[in-house]
Amino acid sequence: MDLAWMGWTTFTGTFLAVIASLLIAMTVWEIARPGGAPRKGLLGFTSTRGDRLFVTLLGSAFIHLAWMYFAGGVDLWWALGLSGLYGLAVFRWV
Amino acid sequence: MQRTKNQKAWFLVLPVFLLVAFSAIIPLMTVVNYSVQDSFGNNEFFWVGSEWFVEVLNSDRLHDAFGRQLMFSGIILAIEIPLGIWIALKMPKKGWAVSVCLVLMALPLLIPWNVVGTIWQIFAREDIGLLGHTLAALGVDYNYTQDTLSAWITVIVMDVWHWTSLVVLLCYAGLSSIPDAYYQAAKIDGASKWAVFRHIQLPKMKRVLTIAVLLRFMDSFMIYTEPFVVTGGGPGNATTFLSIDLVKMAIGQFDVGPAAAFSIVYFLVVLLVSWVFYTVVTASDAEDQS
Amino acid sequence: MSKLRLTPVLYIVFLMVPIYWLLTMSLKTNAEILGGFSLWPKDPTLANFRTILTDASWYSGYINSTIYVVLNTIISITVALPAAYAFSRYRFLGDKHLFFWLLSNRMAPPAVFVLPFFQLYSSIGLFDTHIAVALAHCLFNVPLAVWILEGFMSGVPKEIDETAQIDGYSFPAFFTRIFMPLIASGIGVAAFFCFMFSWVELLIARTLTSVDAKPIAAVMTRTVSASGLDWGVLAAAGVLTIVPGAIVIWFVRNHIAKGFALGRV
Repeated sequence: MDLAWMGWTTFTGTFLAVIASLLIAMTVWEIARPGGAPRKGLLGFTSTRGDRLFVTLLGSAFIHLAWMYFAGGVDLWWALGLSGLYGLAVFRWV
Repeated sequence: MQRTKNQKAWFLVLPVFLLVAFSAIIPLMTVVNYSVQDSFGNNEFFWVGSEWFVEVLNSDRLHDAFGRQLMFSGIILAIEIPLGIWIALKMPKKGWAVSVCLVLMALPLLIPWNVVGTIWQIFAREDIGLLGHTLAALGVDYNYTQDTLSAWITVIVMDVWHWTSLVVLLCYAGLSSIPDAYYQAAKIDGASKWAVFRHIQLPKMKRVLTIAVLLRFMDSFMIYTEPFVVTGGGPGNATTFLSIDLVKMAIGQFDVGPAAAFSIVYFLVVLLVSWVFYTVVTASDAEDQS
Repeated sequence: MSKLRLTPVLYIVFLMVPIYWLLTMSLKTNAEILGGFSLWPKDPTLANFRTILTDASWYSGYINSTIYVVLNTIISITVALPAAYAFSRYRFLGDKHLFFWLLSNRMAPPAVFVLPFFQLYSSIGLFDTHIAVALAHCLFNVPLAVWILEGFMSGVPKEIDETAQIDGYSFPAFFTRIFMPLIASGIGVAAFFCFMFSWVELLIARTLTSVDAKPIAAVMTRTVSASGLDWGVLAAAGVLTIVPGAIVIWFVRNHIAKGFALGRV
């Protein structure tokens, strides 16, 4: 099957690989420590590890969009760093 | 229901997982790939980085489409949900009339969306349509191909016509699960109609209403076919909603890159809204059970 | 029925008038439609319907639509049944997230998928086939079927599963001979919804076909733009697309309300 139409790049390939390895890591974590450590966090709903990862990823996507809206397409590393901090906060408090 | 832990259940889910992954992940990754590149066809791509995202996020055209979309979804929810509840409350409770009502009300839901568009396109025309002709005879200034307000009213009335029945059927399903004893108890207590609605009927409908709001919001948020057939997004861009604009970009102009970036923003918004709804629903379920 | 209820009656009249208008137009000749204004056909004719039923470019549209809709319904229900059972009976790794992921596909705008679907099915040589449309529609129909069936299955007490196991039924035998008849109405409703959403969808079906598998909805839009607006035939084609839905709905009328509530009331 010819995959040229999909237009893969190193960047998007890495992106997919990171998401996939995050999911695998979560699976391994879940097998090692089952239950997902549910708790009622800052946002008022019961969340497990998986929920926190989802909130992190979705939030990061919006952080990047906001960065591109306000600061243009430059220095996206800042947005990535911000997302990292946001992720830590989510895993700590949500 | 108490569910037992069983990892083998994954085998039962596997066919669904593979099928939906094929139909969802491959296209989504393609969209991601396209969003960071420019293409002149023939599978030749050029790296542009975040250019399309910056362009799309700052484009007035898309801000306008987004604003129109929110306004449209807001208006139809504000009309369809109360109207649907009201009609469901007035529905006959038993006998043959129930079947007749249900079948007739469900009929608009089963009409192909482009035929819904065609029906209203014909119905609202001044020369051959009953509605357009009547309005013209009454001296109302109405022309959905020229006038923005007329076009909006046509599209909204069409959506109310098409989808209010969904809300009615959902609420009716919720109401019919209330045992007669509740009503009798309320009667003995001398409860007012409002009290019955507020404390018996509304709580029973809460769950189905959440589903109704979610489905109506999502489906109106991705509406394409019906307004496209009736107004073609016009006059001007007055009824160009997000999906119409996106298809115009992707298929019409073949601006693959911007269309892909647009798709991702669109998809993220949808994902956020569905997640909030889903979390609210599951949280309230857990509360009901405990 | 004790007394005529005004609200539902008025609402149904509001629903029926545009459909009535389509029906009268399908019974008029083009000259009568454009010539003057009348509330009912003065000289009813079936010529418009005859045009559709004798012209291959028209009636093949109905055949194509029916083929991919039926294919889609069969595929969706077949894969959704075991999955819905798993979701209703077991807890497993990532079940909640998987369920949400499935639902998010039901909510995703088809417009986002149009271009990649076109590329995908062209590259694997399925462009303009019925199976391509059937598979593409699985994107939103499979999650919906899982959701509805899970709702119905959760209403079946678990003791039945356990009793069957003690009685020595194997899982496939239990599932097909005991469990499926119990949720027969649920399967009917789920099939109805798959049928319905595949039947009414136009955007994806139109994009993935050109000639051999062209659905009736696309045939209609082409006729609107190209052949100088033959209103009578267009109206007749519209009437004929309503008929299958009206027939199917009659069979599920007693479960339809519960079905729209996705099996959860």
